[in-house]
Amino acid sequence: MRPVGLDEIESLAIGAWILGTGGGGSPYLALLNMRQLYRQGVVCQLMDASELADDDLVAVVSNMGAPLVGQERLTDPKTMALAVQMMEEYLGRKFRAVMSLEIGGGNSIQPFMAAALMDLPVVDADCMGRAFPEAQMTSFAIHDLKMYPLTLADVRDNAVVVARAASWKWMERISRKACVEVGSIASTCKAPRTGKEVKECAILGSTTKAMTIGRAVQAARRAHRDPIDAVLEVEAGILIFAGKIHDIARRATEGFLRGTATIEGLDAFRGHTFSLAFQNEFAVGWLDGEPRVMTPDLICVLDTVSGDAIGTETLRYGQRVTVIALPAPPILLTPKGIEHVGPRAFGYDLEFRSVFA
Amino acid sequence: MRRRIGIDVGGTNTDAVLLEEDAVSAAVKTPTTPDVTTGITRALAALVEQAPAARDADAAMIGTTHFTNAVVQRRDLGRVAAVRIGLPSGASLPPFVDWPEDLAALVRGEVVMLEGGHEFDGRPLVPFDTSGMRAAARRIRDAGIRSVAIAAVFSPLNASCEEEAASILREECPGVAVTLSHRLGRIGLLERENAALLNACLIELARTTTRAFSLALGASGITAPLYLTQNDGTVMLAEVAEQYPVYSFASGPTNSMRGAAFLSKRDEALVIDVGGTTTDIGSLRHGFPREANNVVEIGGVRTLFRMPDLLSLGLGGGTMVKATPSLTLGPASVGYRLTEQALVFGGEVLTVTDVAVAAGLIDLGDRARVAALPAALVNEALARIRAMIEEGVDRMKTDAGEAPLIAVGGGSFLVPARLAGVSEVLTVPHQAVANAVGAAIAQVSGEVDQIFQDLPRDEAIDRARRLAEDKAVAAGADRATINVVEVEDLPLAYLPGNSLRTRVRVVGEIAR
Repeated sequence: MRPVGLDEIESLAIGAWILGTGGGGSPYLALLNMRQLYRQGVVCQLMDASELADDDLVAVVSNMGAPLVGQERLTDPKTMALAVQMMEEYLGRKFRAVMSLEIGGGNSIQPFMAAALMDLPVVDADCMGRAFPEAQMTSFAIHDLKMYPLTLADVRDNAVVVARAASWKWMERISRKACVEVGSIASTCKAPRTGKEVKECAILGSTTKAMTIGRAVQAARRAHRDPIDAVLEVEAGILIFAGKIHDIARRATEGFLRGTATIEGLDAFRGHTFSLAFQNEFAVGWLDGEPRVMTPDLICVLDTVSGDAIGTETLRYGQRVTVIALPAPPILLTPKGIEHVGPRAFGYDLEFRSVFA
Repeated sequence: MRRRIGIDVGGTNTDAVLLEEDAVSAAVKTPTTPDVTTGITRALAALVEQAPAARDADAAMIGTTHFTNAVVQRRDLGRVAAVRIGLPSGASLPPFVDWPEDLAALVRGEVVMLEGGHEFDGRPLVPFDTSGMRAAARRIRDAGIRSVAIAAVFSPLNASCEEEAASILREECPGVAVTLSHRLGRIGLLERENAALLNACLIELARTTTRAFSLALGASGITAPLYLTQNDGTVMLAEVAEQYPVYSFASGPTNSMRGAAFLSKRDEALVIDVGGTTTDIGSLRHGFPREANNVVEIGGVRTLFRMPDLLSLGLGGGTMVKATPSLTLGPASVGYRLTEQALVFGGEVLTVTDVAVAAGLIDLGDRARVAALPAALVNEALARIRAMIEEGVDRMKTDAGEAPLIAVGGGSFLVPARLAGVSEVLTVPHQAVANAVGAAIAQVSGEVDQIFQDLPRDEAIDRARRLAEDKAVAAGADRATINVVEVEDLPLAYLPGNSLRTRVRVVGEIAR
């Protein structure tokens, strides 16, 4: 266990936005909350999963809802802590630590917000290794762990416990309904995990990984080096394409932001076209009509100059972007993993082939 | 005859033009003065001398960077009270939370957070705490604060909390200046609140400045109504505009692009404005600059303003050229000292202007002083300039096809007549005062940015358009002349049914 400096949380915000693969929501407001908490003297602790006892209990937290609503109803550590406390009350047991549901985007910082108020450490782990839109797209679901109970807290005095659900998909449907009812934003504490489950089924080290990526980007900017090269270096990533957004079509279906971005090649890619399909996150990329990269490989779209991640909601005509692929956590690449988060899980009839194979 | 005066108050020069019908009949350039108004008075005197008909103008439009500079330089800012309506949400991130500390220390007076606000679908979040508002209003009065910014959660969708708070404030603090966030911004509470706070702290300066502009106009014998130009290339009557100083933050570059569109008679084109130190490249759509849709920082404060999407390059007429050890262009520039320091003007510094004179692109100063420049150096520097411009133009294009490029600004001679990706390079008369021309032709706008539920896309856009038209008319537009200039729709992830965020902007001529 070690203390985490505010500078590391600043790096985490940058790295997590890149690992968000276009989704997960901007970490800016969560970061602002952490700056406030650190100003008040808070110092969070980060622990390695190996420090957990097998029967320790770990809270898995996330802010659920529409990123746009989150821009008005600003995220608050109190609500996040409330969801965790509700779970403790429901279980009649105290948590040993808190961890993130998804390391991609704003949810990377949510466990720190709860941990700061509850004086608990944060486990260096998550269960996606990136961002995904739905509950069944986690390493815990791939390992067939229990998906209930779930607690959901609203800023008003509304609290929901989903005591049981027949499957991960049912859990997703029921909690989503409750979330929409309270205004499409809520703090949730997912099914609690034992120390043993975290050690065996979580994606370990992902908080540190996001911090490392963020730090590489910051260092490159300070040294006037290419931040994208720096990301590729620290993560053994692959440069997939670089160009200019030429067309963007979006539509909302079944609660997702779906769409396609077409990128015209520049420099080494001049004369080539890349099209990129997204469902909240980037799902599949085609180079000149041939599938080139697909989920669960991480498809990250970065501003070519600044290296900042670009979300699927902020893509726009004319942006200069670079598409890179980062390796997915191994659990997502197993046959069971591909079933949950491979191209077919997003409706693309493609056989998964990793760019890293 | 329709006559309009356009004035642009820039950092270096104050320009004024007289537009008669659709022709520029007089144009002057004078140095900007520290107090701004003296420069305007001088420019207007020169204009009237050139064209006495200027006294009979029907409208005078001023574009100025005065208010932006006040924020950037931290001067003339008033202390304000911030009222946030949205508890129990957002309690951990109070107003001013992401402001630079030095600026917050100057501006932050009372900070009040109250229960209220709305959901994304217009339902109330919780009932508005009106008695808390009344108590806060009394505290604000007792603290002697004269300007208040009010921001409520989802106020762009339902402004009732902000309106109610304002009427309570006016009852308890007669004469107080009130800025409501929904009048200024879009969805994004912190950024919209920041815009309201900036506006509130500039409101006193805006009043005195606008009144000084009116006096300068009157002193020049001009009785026309005064308008201030806004970031989006439209105008507001001065008495309205003085309540919204933040709207004029980026009016300079916008006016220059609008002027380019007018002078070239092109509505769809790229514009390159080459000044002494920098070059701005933007894109015109329907005669208006394409807006940036990312967060804009003003003096270190994050806001969401309607700002033109511009690419700035470190290239201008004064850009310094170093020949050894290898050829480098800028980014240093001799700036306004060009006429003393450039070789052709008898100085010692090799500038891009000297290269242009040596290459015969323009005849300035003493050409003999650059006759000895090696041809290889001149050619390489020109090739480098071409590459910079081509790269910049390509970055600002929204599609792969060739587009026309309008060249304006004092350094526009640097733009080659043929460029890759450009169908034609257009040069225009009066290009050096394009910004004042842009001010003179400004129109009135209205904008709506709202979430519509369970409506077909066409109907949602149509409803947004009608709301935007009403706003434009309220701001002084002639309804018969209104055009839609921008439509954008974004389906929202995770929201139920068909939730569509729709943004529509319309513009029209000033109603006579």
